[in-house]
Amino acid sequence: MNEFINLGWTKDEIAKKIANEFPHGSYVNLGIGMPELVSKFVDESKEIIYHSENGLLGMGPPANENELDFELINAGKKPVTILPGGSYCHHADSFSMIRGGHIDYCVLGAMEVSEGGDLANWTTGKGIPAVGGAMDLVVGAKNVFVMSQHTTKDGSPKFLKNCSLPLTGKSVVTRVYSNLAILDVTPEGFKLKEMFEKIDFDLLQKVTEAKIITN
Amino acid sequence: MKINKLFNSVNDVVSDVFDGAVIMLGGFGEAGSPVELIHGLVDTKCKDLTIIANNAGNGKIGLGALIGENQVKKVICSFARSPKSITFKELYENDKIELEVVPQGTLAERIRSAGAGIPGFYTQTSVGTPLAEGKEIKIFDGKEYVLEKSLKADFALIKAETSDRYGNLTYNKTARNFNPIMCMAANQTIVQVKKIQKEENTDPEKIITPGIFVNRVTVVSDPIIESIAIDNGETYP
Repeated sequence: MNEFINLGWTKDEIAKKIANEFPHGSYVNLGIGMPELVSKFVDESKEIIYHSENGLLGMGPPANENELDFELINAGKKPVTILPGGSYCHHADSFSMIRGGHIDYCVLGAMEVSEGGDLANWTTGKGIPAVGGAMDLVVGAKNVFVMSQHTTKDGSPKFLKNCSLPLTGKSVVTRVYSNLAILDVTPEGFKLKEMFEKIDFDLLQKVTEAKIITN
Repeated sequence: MKINKLFNSVNDVVSDVFDGAVIMLGGFGEAGSPVELIHGLVDTKCKDLTIIANNAGNGKIGLGALIGENQVKKVICSFARSPKSITFKELYENDKIELEVVPQGTLAERIRSAGAGIPGFYTQTSVGTPLAEGKEIKIFDGKEYVLEKSLKADFALIKAETSDRYGNLTYNKTARNFNPIMCMAANQTIVQVKKIQKEENTDPEKIITPGIFVNRVTVVSDPIIESIAIDNGETYP
């Protein structure tokens, strides 16, 4: 059993911490799943432009049930909306936005992150391997944020000395946001930026395989 | 004589697809997927096809149907996994279909570069991952890049919104996706559109794919909406 999975910040609280990090005017790509929550918590004083890699810049909220348009979808293939000032482009242009270094932030989930910033999030090596745009995003976005539970469902550490799963990218992660801590990836390894208020550092270190630097 | 790329039926435009052909299919999921042209391919019964697309089909409609009829030898795509995938999953799990996984941006650029006459390019995407294994690595300004080769096809099957008789295409919203770059990368580009318009009514500023990249166009005025068809239990043939 994993006693830490329900401990710490909620997903909404993590999402809010990430949302607060984006400067006004940022271009942001949010991964499918938990990262999608982030857009709900962006302060209204800021304008953030969302990119969806299937050729949509200026993505709005999900479409209402009664106005679904299956030719206006997001990268998760769900009907969405476009905001005033938004635009469409073809796939090579959309990925030029990513690969050419024009996206300020991307937020992705993770299976494993290493202290050197390696990310594994696309395949466990079993089943059908499917990568989508993850390998492009991690090398192209200026800041790569990981949003993840601190441990796996069975309580194993996800933040490791070295990843064991096939990599999505090498030395690509900027920062990880978990239910227990915010850790910056630095040349010296994971550095503690913020910790869930109700745990102590020893517990955090215990559920993190890699050494966490505190000063 | 007037140039006219318009054909009467789906069967007319796909009749020369041959066994072993390499075929690009536009679309991202169902948006922009040329479902009726793919059903035309099912009707031809051509086999041993190599398919280049972003996904590997859902249900038994479109690419899901083509794979289900055992007409596909290999799929080159970025994301073959899907909750509604039946046919690819079954063949893959039984080692009856090949899969080449390509990062989505690399896939787009391999297609675009083929259309632009560029045989390969270096990218940082996939460096240090299993998808770069066996490929040439080159260092530019201290950073590693992997060599990726361009991807051409014998045929591209495309879905667009409108065409005129020259094959000038417009698209609808995010149904554009891979379609314009695939038009550039195939020997024969075959397009289904919802509507034909007269060239004098085509606004040159709105044309996304100029007709030079298009060979044949046919009208499917009311195309299948894949997710609704699958939810309704529809299959092809």
